[in-house]
Amino acid sequence: MAQRITIDPVTRIEGHLRVDVEVDGGKVTKAWSSGQMYRGLENILKGRDPRDAWLFVQRICGVCTTVHALASVRSVENALGLEIPYNAQLIRNLVQSIHCLHDHIVHFYALSALDWVDVVSALSADPVKTAALADSLSDWPGNSPKRFAAVKAKVKALVDSGQLGPFANAYWGHAAMKLPPEANLMAVSHYLEALDYQRKATMALAIIGGKNPHIQNLTVGGVTTNINPENQTAVTMERLYYIKQLVEEVSSFIKNVYMVDVVAVGALYAGWIPYGAGVTNYLAAPDMFLDAAGTKADLPGGTVFGGDLKTIKPINVHADAYFKENVQESIAKAWYDGNWSKHPWESTTDPKFTDFQDDGKYTWLKAPRFQGKPMQVGPLAQMVVGYAQGHEMTVKSVNGFLEKVSAVAGTTVGPEALHGTIGRHAARAVRAGMMAISPSNIGASWSRTSPKATMRSSVPGPIPRANSAVSVSTRPRAACCRTGSSSKTGKSKITNVLSPRPGTPGRVTTRTSSVPTRRH
Amino acid sequence: MADTVNKALEPQLDRRGFLKGCTMAAAALGLSEAMIPKLVEAAATAERPRVIWLHFQECTGCTESLLRSSHPDLARLLLDIISLDYHETVMAAAGHQAEKPSRDRGEAPLPPCGRRCHSHQGEWHPLYDRRQDRHGDPQDRGPQSHRHHRHRHLCHLRRGSGGSTESDRRGRRPGSGQRQADRQHPRLSTQPGIFPRHHSPLSDLQKAAGTRQLNRPLFAYGRRIHDHCERRAHFDEGRFVENFGDQYHKLGYCLYKVGCKGPETFSNCPAVRFNDVDVWPVSVGHGCIGCTEPNFWDTMTPFYERLPNVKIPATGIIDSADQIGKTVLGVTAAAVGIHAVVGIGKRLIKGKSEE
Repeated sequence: MAQRITIDPVTRIEGHLRVDVEVDGGKVTKAWSSGQMYRGLENILKGRDPRDAWLFVQRICGVCTTVHALASVRSVENALGLEIPYNAQLIRNLVQSIHCLHDHIVHFYALSALDWVDVVSALSADPVKTAALADSLSDWPGNSPKRFAAVKAKVKALVDSGQLGPFANAYWGHAAMKLPPEANLMAVSHYLEALDYQRKATMALAIIGGKNPHIQNLTVGGVTTNINPENQTAVTMERLYYIKQLVEEVSSFIKNVYMVDVVAVGALYAGWIPYGAGVTNYLAAPDMFLDAAGTKADLPGGTVFGGDLKTIKPINVHADAYFKENVQESIAKAWYDGNWSKHPWESTTDPKFTDFQDDGKYTWLKAPRFQGKPMQVGPLAQMVVGYAQGHEMTVKSVNGFLEKVSAVAGTTVGPEALHGTIGRHAARAVRAGMMAISPSNIGASWSRTSPKATMRSSVPGPIPRANSAVSVSTRPRAACCRTGSSSKTGKSKITNVLSPRPGTPGRVTTRTSSVPTRRH
Repeated sequence: MADTVNKALEPQLDRRGFLKGCTMAAAALGLSEAMIPKLVEAAATAERPRVIWLHFQECTGCTESLLRSSHPDLARLLLDIISLDYHETVMAAAGHQAEKPSRDRGEAPLPPCGRRCHSHQGEWHPLYDRRQDRHGDPQDRGPQSHRHHRHRHLCHLRRGSGGSTESDRRGRRPGSGQRQADRQHPRLSTQPGIFPRHHSPLSDLQKAAGTRQLNRPLFAYGRRIHDHCERRAHFDEGRFVENFGDQYHKLGYCLYKVGCKGPETFSNCPAVRFNDVDVWPVSVGHGCIGCTEPNFWDTMTPFYERLPNVKIPATGIIDSADQIGKTVLGVTAAAVGIHAVVGIGKRLIKGKSEE
């Protein structure tokens, strides 16, 4: 007799997610993943000035704000055939890379670590031994016995107070928690430090973006940020050095703490490596463009099917026909009127709630498909696609990371280990390391160009002509796609958003197994 | 080199410090100042005040904002000041395990983000329904049930308009309509600009002596953006950006003509700024979008078109910025044509020498 388990809410995610599983004989036989919130941004955008859209869609998700914003302005630029200035492209890259630094740190420590780290177990750790363990992995100066003793005292005070707050009623002491007490104490200490370093990244982002989580320095046609060392209202060298310093501090944390902790978790939970592969079809969007036209991507895009790197097909630009023609979204299981699969620019969003139907509709999420297949998107997809194409930085970073895991685990771990939950963490850490290099490259680019030529006008009036648009980008945690068409009046006619944000249609990977959470 | 040895780990709080902590906690969570005595009461015991944070139709931007809070920082807030007993984005437990501890808690302030989700026709209330479905008894819906009881201490500090503010107004005054950003049934959860004022909630809250309309505290909403904008002098002198990227944009002129809604928006953004790095949208060359004003998604769009009927002073500094505000709603004759001419004229006279 199958037992039905409902996990609602799934926590430490953004949004409202419910997961149901049927378990029979110790195996999951059926599963449902249900987005529990409807937003309807597609309908809200209809009839509005397309230049405004990016400010709306940023509010799809307060976590991945910048990427929604970028996808939106790029989509309008695609409709208009608009190139943006080279320096504006670099500023957008800076926005995207620094946001990644912040988000990857938050994702691992604030959101995921508590699935692997037993906070209460840290109480039985010896701070001196903890420091010895930490020193064997990295030379981070924060790994001192005094620091670890202070953290241990803090955890003790928390536990003694009887008020565990967000740490209450979790799986502390469960047999599946594999880390030794010293590793747990080290991780708790890094959890607290991570809160400081993610904030430093947001400060750097705000210098360019004017504020965040929701930035306000984009515009269709470029950016509004003025880089000019000779104007006191612009981003001057003082500001650029401030960004540089903050990014360097955050990069050091990523290199010496975050990546190391992921290696340690991967090695100590080696038995978990095969789990959670889920969908092994991968889709990555090209990103971090190095030219005005947006044709030369620093991070390559493409598809890989069935985990087979030989199936690689590149996607070089956002409006790539291979992507555009093959992406669809389905509402077969979603609370919208109808039952169809359509190209995003032809689809509609008419909510029709039916309650949870096991064999019918049970979610607010539309299901994006590529050639009719579910795809995994996000950092791992980007690593797989880059690796398959021999992208130099990706191959070097992934191999370097795997060498470290192999050394700690005492066995050879190859790239095939990346297909899984731990692999996704690894890919995210590797991507954070790559993104940490990006800002300094951008700084170097500026030294070769005239920083005064940063901006160009945005589109001056209402959007003039009928057109269709598409843009896709890889987000810190997934991918999003923006499509739209404008009528002759220059207003948005059809807009669509493919995003895993519950309530806005679409999760490119909709299978339960791809939910980036781990349960015991 | 960062603060690798966090001194915050050994707090020595006296009574006064504790009161301050309560104020900080209230401010960081965006609670009304009326909640401070309750927090103090709770804090007078050994218990840290319990906090239940509910997410409704929102984007988690408020939580992200909390992550960016520097004083108090999140670690201090969670470990020393409050007990964050329910917060779906942060808590370790999930499912029924997440809800169990909070079901039997005492009084707890609720700072929900976003609005509840339902259609004009009342067809669906997904979040509400799922709890009802699972718990059966409508009086026992876990944290959700508190929303229907007396804990309606909503946050006006963080969420300016459209989000929970609207939801709250609707809740207290049923029938006041669906005045919201969106013209169709979906609710747009907004993150109006005020919420990321995370870095300094304490100073904000302590100064909160009065409120203006919409129950908004004066310290945050008492003056127009326009009043404290660093580009105000350019406005007064008729120096405007005509297009993004033009020479006037590069010189840092007033952004009114490219859509800045500062003359009509009440917020302290130019004074308090964001993210501890002294920035706000105007400082990176983008106009204000009016995001703290009610229904701004409708009333302030298109964002890149100029506000109508803003009277532009012919020359010099005017003595009352309020005069401009009063003309915004169209009481006074439009002066848009005049201001444009004045702006161009001024540049013709002396513009080139400035560049």
